Amino acid sequence: MSATDGIIYMDNNATTMVAPEVLEAMLPYFSQLYGNPSSMHTFGGQVGRAVRTARGQIAELINAEPEEIIFTSCGTESDSTAILAALQAQPEKRHIVTTRVEHPAVKNLCRGLDSLTGHKHRITELPVESDGTLDLQRYEDSLSDETSIVSVMWANNETGVIFPIEEMAKIAKNRGILFHTDAVQAVGKIPIDLSTVPVDFLSMSGHKLHAPKGIGVLYVRKRTPFVPFLIGGHQEHGRRGGTENVASLIGLGKACELSARHIVKENTTVRALRDKLEKGLLEKIPNALLNGHKTQRLPNTANVSFEYVEGEAILLHMDRFGICASSGSACTSGSLEPSHVLRAMGVPFTAAHGSIRYSLSVYNNEDEVDFVLDKMPGIIANLRQMSPFWQNK
Amino acid sequence: MWEYTDKVKEHFLNPRNVGEIENPDGIGEVGSLSCGDALKLTFKLDEAKQKIIDAKFKTFGCASAIASSSALTEMIKGLSLEEAAKITNEDIADYLGSLPKEKMHCSVMGREALESAIANYRGVALPMAEGELVCECFGVTDLEIKRAIEESNLRTVEEVTNFTKAGGGCGKCVDRIQELINEVRKTGKPKIIPMTGPKRLTNIQKIKMIEDVFEREVRPTLKKDGGDVELLDVDGDYVIVSLRGSCASCSKSQTTLKEYIEKKLREQVLDTLIVEESKI
Repeated sequence: MSATDGIIYMDNNATTMVAPEVLEAMLPYFSQLYGNPSSMHTFGGQVGRAVRTARGQIAELINAEPEEIIFTSCGTESDSTAILAALQAQPEKRHIVTTRVEHPAVKNLCRGLDSLTGHKHRITELPVESDGTLDLQRYEDSLSDETSIVSVMWANNETGVIFPIEEMAKIAKNRGILFHTDAVQAVGKIPIDLSTVPVDFLSMSGHKLHAPKGIGVLYVRKRTPFVPFLIGGHQEHGRRGGTENVASLIGLGKACELSARHIVKENTTVRALRDKLEKGLLEKIPNALLNGHKTQRLPNTANVSFEYVEGEAILLHMDRFGICASSGSACTSGSLEPSHVLRAMGVPFTAAHGSIRYSLSVYNNEDEVDFVLDKMPGIIANLRQMSPFWQNK
Repeated sequence: MWEYTDKVKEHFLNPRNVGEIENPDGIGEVGSLSCGDALKLTFKLDEAKQKIIDAKFKTFGCASAIASSSALTEMIKGLSLEEAAKITNEDIADYLGSLPKEKMHCSVMGREALESAIANYRGVALPMAEGELVCECFGVTDLEIKRAIEESNLRTVEEVTNFTKAGGGCGKCVDRIQELINEVRKTGKPKIIPMTGPKRLTNIQKIKMIEDVFEREVRPTLKKDGGDVELLDVDGDYVIVSLRGSCASCSKSQTTLKEYIEKKLREQVLDTLIVEESKI
């Protein structure tokens, strides 16, 4: 019996399974091909060639040039590198435009910049509408000559809401302002073509698209001003010191190659499963609400609130059936307040504490969706009958 | 994922005493939807109004909040109100094995609901809500924070947040919490905050009020059975009385003392009073 027996994994925005093809591609680089890609000898050199191949596979998925790909350790490092590079390259500009729903990797970095750098920064966190979307006019109005960089996520990790990055990046470009997008959730789920979307920086993370944890990428457009974050050796053309995480980046290359195929499936099969799950939950369970825009959303994500019950309690009941998902409730975040994303959207407290995020992948099937639809109404009803706020109607 | 004990998991998955008692003797409601957890506790006393014979709860909250509520109802069944009033949040946590430190506020919520229900039965107001509001996000007063610092021996703002939630929202009040910690710590010996009674009464005031209750209610009742009572002294919370007439030799005199006289005084004078018979 394996650890995944009886597990229904619907938490793919948290992390994904390493695809079997990815694991297979990685294995030789642990045991046999362990050379350093920077070495002069043939033994290391062949590893260097494999690194170049992976770089090419990644560039191809987002329609970029291989030399625009910098390997990092994770999405968070990519975010930090991009924002700090923009600030250091333009020391006279100390204004950043971002949103209220960014991942902590961007949100907390921006909020802590003053103490980190010793300089005063102005941070504009754009509000979102109740469906999680942005007001573009407000965005445009927020830009100024002082603006160093705009950092806006491509798709939200909690709700899956997609922001109009192409339009937003063009507006910034016209004003000569650098643009960074945290595309950790978007890459591999929706098509991304950087030949038409003029972002300067883009962050991605391996473990969100069936590559392992511990490998990330920062895309830096050619001729974009850049200052390295990790200072050290000459790796990545002097843009990121530290010996490459060879096996993992080869895994990421393979995952990107697979993604090019999966992306069609993500937007057909996975979307259909997600829609069935979402529709079923909203139909079968009273006082259930969808969080986020109905269509302007990742194909794999459904964020549903069950009013008058608390998310952690829901998750633990789901856990008994092997169903894995996430919640925006306070108790699961380790803080005492519910998700900053749902609060920014103005989701009422009756619903914010009871939000459950289901995030699917190409490895889910219809039987699993049916099983979840079969179990959820009982779980919610059970918790509601012990909730002092729930009146049986 | 939280590391819950098997007992927490068991009480969460199979909670005891879920529901609401019809015509309860006491109702306690604490928390709110916005806070993320809330508990409604109801209990029923036996006919003599001595023991809790049934208790039920309704809880909105996480696994540890539900488990703490379930544990609380199990713990108080069969206890007298005086015994139940002594249950602390640590007792609830101990009953469940333990709680993750970030979840201690769930056990505090249980204790607060119990206090609120007992106060409801006795018809007195809880003083905790009358303090100065420190944490606006979760509605926590300085009295509640100081009490948690004393009772659970808290030393850092983080610990106070884990136990009371205060400071866990916007964080605006963390300086004030630190001040309260310093204040309580500096006083050395923990100061007992009175459970009820908005202000401290002087002994003279107490004597006057006790005499008043005796004259109006207690003595007329006792006299019907050929008994009487005399107030001898008041020392802090101790009320020393002498039973007279048929009461002096009655085998139920202790019951009269505790269940009738003490209860009347607690209801009408001060909730902490303890009535004792003079040994002389």
